[in-house]
Formats: sequence, structure tokens, C-alpha cells
Amino acid sequence: FTIIKVEALVLEMQDPDTGVKTQTQRLVITTIPHAMTGHDILEWIINRLQILDEEAQNIGNLVVQYGYIYPLQEPKNIILRPDGSLYRFQTPYFWPTQQWPAEETDYAIYLAKKNIRKKGVLEDYEKENYNILNIRLNHKWDFVIMQAKEQYRAGKERKKADRVVFEFQERAYWLVHRPPPGAPNVIDYGLDRFSDPNENQVTQKKTFDVYRREIIFNQHSLMKSRVKSSVSLGGIVKYCEQYFNHDPIMTGCLPSNPWLTDDTQFWDLNAPLSEVPTKLRVERWTFSFRELLSDPRGRQDFQLFLRKEFSGENLAFWEACEDLKYGDQSKVKEKAEEVYKTFLAPGARRWINIDGKTMDITVKGLKHPHRYVLDAAQSHIYMLMKKVSVYICCCVALPSLRLLDAMWGLNKNPCFHIYLTVKYRSDWSPVSADTD
Amino acid sequence: MCDQTFLAISFGPCDKCVKTKPLMNIYIKTDQFNYCSLCVEMMANEGLRDNETLSSLKNESETLKCKLEEERAKLHDVELHQVADRVDALGQFVMKTRRTLKGHGNKVLCMDWCKDKRRLVSSSQDGKVIVWDAFTTNKEHAVTMPCTWVMACAYAPSGCAIACGGLDNKCSVYPLTFDKNENMAAKKKSVAMHTNYLSACSFTNSDMQILTASGDGTCALWDVESGQLLQSFHGHAADVLCLDLAPSETGNTFVSGGCDKKAMVWDLRSGQCIQSFETHDSDINSVRYYPSGDAFASASDDATCRLYDLRADREVAIYSKESIIFGASSVDFSLSGRLLFTGYNDYTINVWDVLKGTRVSILFGHENRVSTLRVSPDGTAFCSGSWDHTLRV
Repeated sequence: FTIIKVEALVLEMQDPDTGVKTQTQRLVITTIPHAMTGHDILEWIINRLQILDEEAQNIGNLVVQYGYIYPLQEPKNIILRPDGSLYRFQTPYFWPTQQWPAEETDYAIYLAKKNIRKKGVLEDYEKENYNILNIRLNHKWDFVIMQAKEQYRAGKERKKADRVVFEFQERAYWLVHRPPPGAPNVIDYGLDRFSDPNENQVTQKKTFDVYRREIIFNQHSLMKSRVKSSVSLGGIVKYCEQYFNHDPIMTGCLPSNPWLTDDTQFWDLNAPLSEVPTKLRVERWTFSFRELLSDPRGRQDFQLFLRKEFSGENLAFWEACEDLKYGDQSKVKEKAEEVYKTFLAPGARRWINIDGKTMDITVKGLKHPHRYVLDAAQSHIYMLMKKVSVYICCCVALPSLRLLDAMWGLNKNPCFHIYLTVKYRSDWSPVSADTD
Repeated sequence: MCDQTFLAISFGPCDKCVKTKPLMNIYIKTDQFNYCSLCVEMMANEGLRDNETLSSLKNESETLKCKLEEERAKLHDVELHQVADRVDALGQFVMKTRRTLKGHGNKVLCMDWCKDKRRLVSSSQDGKVIVWDAFTTNKEHAVTMPCTWVMACAYAPSGCAIACGGLDNKCSVYPLTFDKNENMAAKKKSVAMHTNYLSACSFTNSDMQILTASGDGTCALWDVESGQLLQSFHGHAADVLCLDLAPSETGNTFVSGGCDKKAMVWDLRSGQCIQSFETHDSDINSVRYYPSGDAFASASDDATCRLYDLRADREVAIYSKESIIFGASSVDFSLSGRLLFTGYNDYTINVWDVLKGTRVSILFGHENRVSTLRVSPDGTAFCSGSWDHTLRV
């Protein structure tokens, strides 16, 4: 697909008025029409695409490597030299998109022809290939030699300049399709994709059930609630701003980025369960409840707090739900039973406080346990804990928690905890003090 | 920031067959029903009713699509770069290769970081999968797969295992052992079975579950221990090339991109497609969620990367330049989501300012296509793997 874009660019280059300047050049004893210098090509690319040298050089190299432009001197050196080296456009017949399968037979004929012309003087790798092909195509070898002789003879009948040009073109083509060892193989595009969707669109007739499904899906999408761009985009921008100082690539990190200075202190200080969490790290916990939970150190502190408030079972339940969802499939039944016994059964050791309706749904679901059977209860508890974590930041009654100390340190504003409550409420929309 | 704790799909008794399953809200005419996926399928396969023909169904689908586009457009009141106007522009970035990992004998196809921020696993065309300590550039483990073109590899969240797969149509999990006498291949577990090549794989929140994407057009969720298929995801019309799991703690979704130019967002629980985006002009090679989980970026062979907003349900930015004419193979965000790193088939890496839509920097250095790119878990660096047999950090 991308080849199409390259071709468009090459076509522009070839435009007689706005393209690259070409002139007739003398090369050894023949005159070659429409030759250009590498320097001119690069200049043109820079001006046309408004980019800098290095990028233009890269593009130029690729255009040459793909065979759209070939060098007249030093044909094997497939880069675009930014000097007076000469280049020509390859004839469209030989462009990669034509997808002439570069067949072995054709290659054999080419090598044989070259052999005849150069009276046996071929490059080493070409000699090797020639011999291999000789063995492989032994059954056709007479045909190959005959074709080679024919083409050679036909070539001799042309004008010298034409013949030389054609020889250049052919040589460039084979340099791309049978690169010498060590040269980049640009024709290699990886694996074939299994299905070609373009094909399907033309030939596939959709059956009625495909349309039915589309209709169901589209109807569903229509009814889905959507948010105004300004709101959701605003959210994205806000996220970037909020995390700006936490992004090591953008603002660096203290004491230093280990990849730059070879010093792993940054990683040691921020180990998953470090003694003293850094200020930046604690600040991240205040961004959202999710951050607090996903950081092992934060979760640990939260657990301590909950324990003090005698509500540690909530976090334990939430963790049990996660374990059920992502754990071993074969243990689902026994895990579900365990959870019921520990958290949900009346009089359970660590009974969690959820509303009647949710409890009903959950208990019913547990009769046929599956990975997501605790989802409703888990969501409920998650929301509960989220509100509690807001509380955690405002509650001055927290004793020795370094969590709060670190946060106080962050902001010397005396109205700090009020600031935090306000901040939180605006982040997590419908949470207000009067619910629950 | 949006906590995706509730999705439109819920659990409960199906309105049609009364069994308790994951439910979809569907609309028949204008009435809302809750059906389970099996009943939806059966409904879809009912024969043509009297007043329907193939073309009438087609028209109905087309009109709905147009209506959908209208609805989306109605809520589109501002462009991303307009909202981003108030944000300062970024200065010049100087990024250099800090580590080069040499050791693969052939094209590097895929890589993944370990949660410890310094180890990574990479896989290549010759079937070798290597675990490196990128910081010291030492190779720690090496496995030779029985197949070539290992296009997918992933590090387990615990750091104790790796998963990989490719032309063998399977995903295999290898536990990592430091015992020099043990042959890693001996403990290998074959987890996924597809009918075509494996293009991408990823562990969910634990070592026990793997999500895979394949050339046969499907994605699937597997239980590692038993190899059981937990959920399959059908909907792509062609090879699925990439996938990424939503970063939210309670998020149950993932996004996948394929050769049918579509990026689809799926619900892990029910196997249904929640959202679908079709604005690219060619195969989508890589998708990655924005760190908050509210958006995702995709990289495609049409030489552009696009940002899709999940809440507004539309494409909100295109990252392209006239001078970029080769396809983008891989994409990832920096930690704050401000920068987008993309690897291209023209051997370069472009760094984009996500909010403003402009290119911040272009990085050279690889001598062949950049095939894979990931930012490290703590955002201190990113690693790119290329067909020139090397990885650079």
C-alpha cells in the first residue's frame, strides 16, 4: 500500500516542469539522456516536503533502494549520494508495484545474457547463483541459453545509447530483486497476510445474517451514550497536564534517569514496596483511587488505614474478586465458595456491607459460579473504597501514616485538606458528601 | 478521568431464554431488550421475513450507519488541538540510543517489557526468543521455538514467565528458571490454538490468563493452566494484527486492530464488540491505549497514526506528514500520554505531540524497518526492535 505513496512522489519528481532537473550526460564514451545528480534530487525532496537534510537523505535512500531511481556509477552502492553522482529514473516497466514475479527463469536468462556479453566475467555471487540455477533449471537450460542469445542479438541491433540505458535499467532491476549479499533486501515485506480484505469487498456477497448483525450493532451503538468532544478531549488534556511532572521522558526524574546515568538509584527509591515512598509517588496516589490501588505501596498503606478503621475486609474482598477473575480457571468453583464463606454468608468472619439487592444477585449467581459472578458486588465495594480514600486524605485523625505526612509536605497550604476534597470531587463526578 | 467500572453490558437473566448470562441491550424496532449473545445470534440467523429482502436489510444497515455518523457529529463541538491551545508547546527533544541489544540472528519482530522496568523479552524471525536485562545488556534466557516468525511475545506480570507464538498457530508459555541445568523448553505449556498464525498476545492482570490475536480473524482469551478457551471474539473480517488491554484496574475491555482497517473495542466478559472505528485506509498494525484508558492510538500501513476517543466515540486526531510515506508499524504513549512514539517502515521513529498534533522529533539509527516499539513501565525509556536484528533503548 505504501508503495503507492512512494510512486506518487516519484511521479512528481519526473514532472518536466516541477520535477528534478535532468540533463544529458556524457558517461565514458556514451551520452545518457535524462540524468540527474544526487544533490539535485535531495534538494528537490527537501523543498517539496519541507523537511531537513537527514530525513530527506533517508527518503532518498529508500527511493533508490526500492529501485525507482538507480545510480549510473557504482550501481551496487544503493544510497542517494548528496553530490554530483548521477542517477536516472527507472522505467515504469521495472517498478516494484508492477509485481512482475521476478522469476528464476528470467533471472537465469539475465545472468546468461550477461555472461555472454561480458565473456564470462560475472560477480562472485552472480557466478554462484548462475551455477545454482543451472542445476535447478537443468531441464530448461537449453531454453534459457536460447532466450539469452536471442535477447543479446536483439540488443545489438539497437542504437548504442538505447542499449546502454536498457542495460543499466535491467541491472538496477536485478540488483533490487536479487540483492548481492550484505545489501538490504527491500522486496522482503514479511509474511503474506492471510486474508486480503480488498478481495473480499469486491467478490463477497454479504448474506442476510451479516446485515442483521450489523443492524443490531449499529442500533446498539446509536443508543449508546456519548460524551461531547469538549468534555472528553478536555479530560485527555487534563490527564496530560496532571501527569506532566511524572513523565520521566518529558521532565526527567530524580535523582536521575537510570538509562542516562547508569545509576539505578531511581529504581531503588521507587521499588514496589519501598520503606519511604517518594513525594512524587504519593502525589500520584492523590490523582485517582486507581493509582492508589495499583501501586503496591499505596495499597499497603490503604490496607493499614482500613484495618485501623475496622473495615479491612473490603479491600480483602476486592482482592479476592480480582483473584477469581484473573486466576486459574479450574479453581473458580472452590474460590467462589471460599469467598462466600468468608465474606458474604450471614455471620461470616469478614462480612462485607453491601446493599440487599446486590447481595441477592450475588448469592443467586453463586449457585452457578463463573469468573465474573462477583462483579456487581466488587463494583459496589470499589465505589465504597473510593469514597473512603477521599476520606483518607481529609481525615486528620490518621496517626502515624506516612501517607498523610508526605501529603502535607507536598502542599504547605493550610487549607490543604479542604483543597483536596474539592479537587477530588471535581475529578470523580457524582461523589458528594451526602450520599452514603 | 473515567473509571470504567460499569459497562453497558450487565449480567442477569436473558429476556428470551431466561438463562443467567452476560447480556446485551438490543433494540428491536424501538423497544429495548436484554438478550444473551446466543439468542442474539439465533435472531440474526432467522430466515428472511416476508417483508424483507437482502437489499432492504442492506439499506437498513446503511441508514443506521448514517444516523450513527450524524449523532457522533452532533456532539463534536471542538477539535483536540483547539482544546490543547492553552497548553504550552513542547521544546526540542534530544533523544539518543542509550543501549543497543545485539544477539538476534534475524529480524526482531516483537518485544515486551517486564514490570521490573529493566528486563524485556524479544522474539525474532528465526524462532529465537531472548530475555534480556536491558540495563546491563546481558542475555538472561534464550529459547528456540519450533517455528519461525515468532510475531508475538509477552512478559508475565509476575516476571516469572513469558509467552510467545507465531507461525505455529499456538501461544506457548515458558516459565523462566534460573537453573542452568533445566531446559526451558521442557516446561513449556501450549496454551492457545488458532487456525492461523498468532499475531499478538498479552497477559491479563495475572499469569493465569492470556489474550491472543490471530491471522484467522479472531481474538481469544485462554486459561494458562488448563489451556481452556475462556472467551472468543469474532467480528473482524480479516487478520487481526494487534491488541492492547485497557489499563484500568476494573476495566474489562481491550482493543484490537486488523487488516480490515477496523479497530474494535471488546468486552472481555461477554465477547461482544462494544465500539468499532473504521477510518484508516489500510491495515492497522498496532493499537495502544492512552494511559487513562479513555482513548487509544492506532498505527497503520497508510502512513498515519490516529487517536480515537472512546467516550466521544470518534477519531479525534490524525498524526501524519507529507514526508512520511511509509507505513507505521508500532505505536506507544509516554507515561503522561503527551508524547506518542511511532516506528515506521522507513527505518525511522517519529515522536508526536499528542495534544497539538505536531511532530516533535524524528529519530534515526535503525538500519531496517522498525517493527516493534514499547515504552518502559515507569516511562523512563522506550525500546524499539527492528528488522536490522537489533533492539535499541
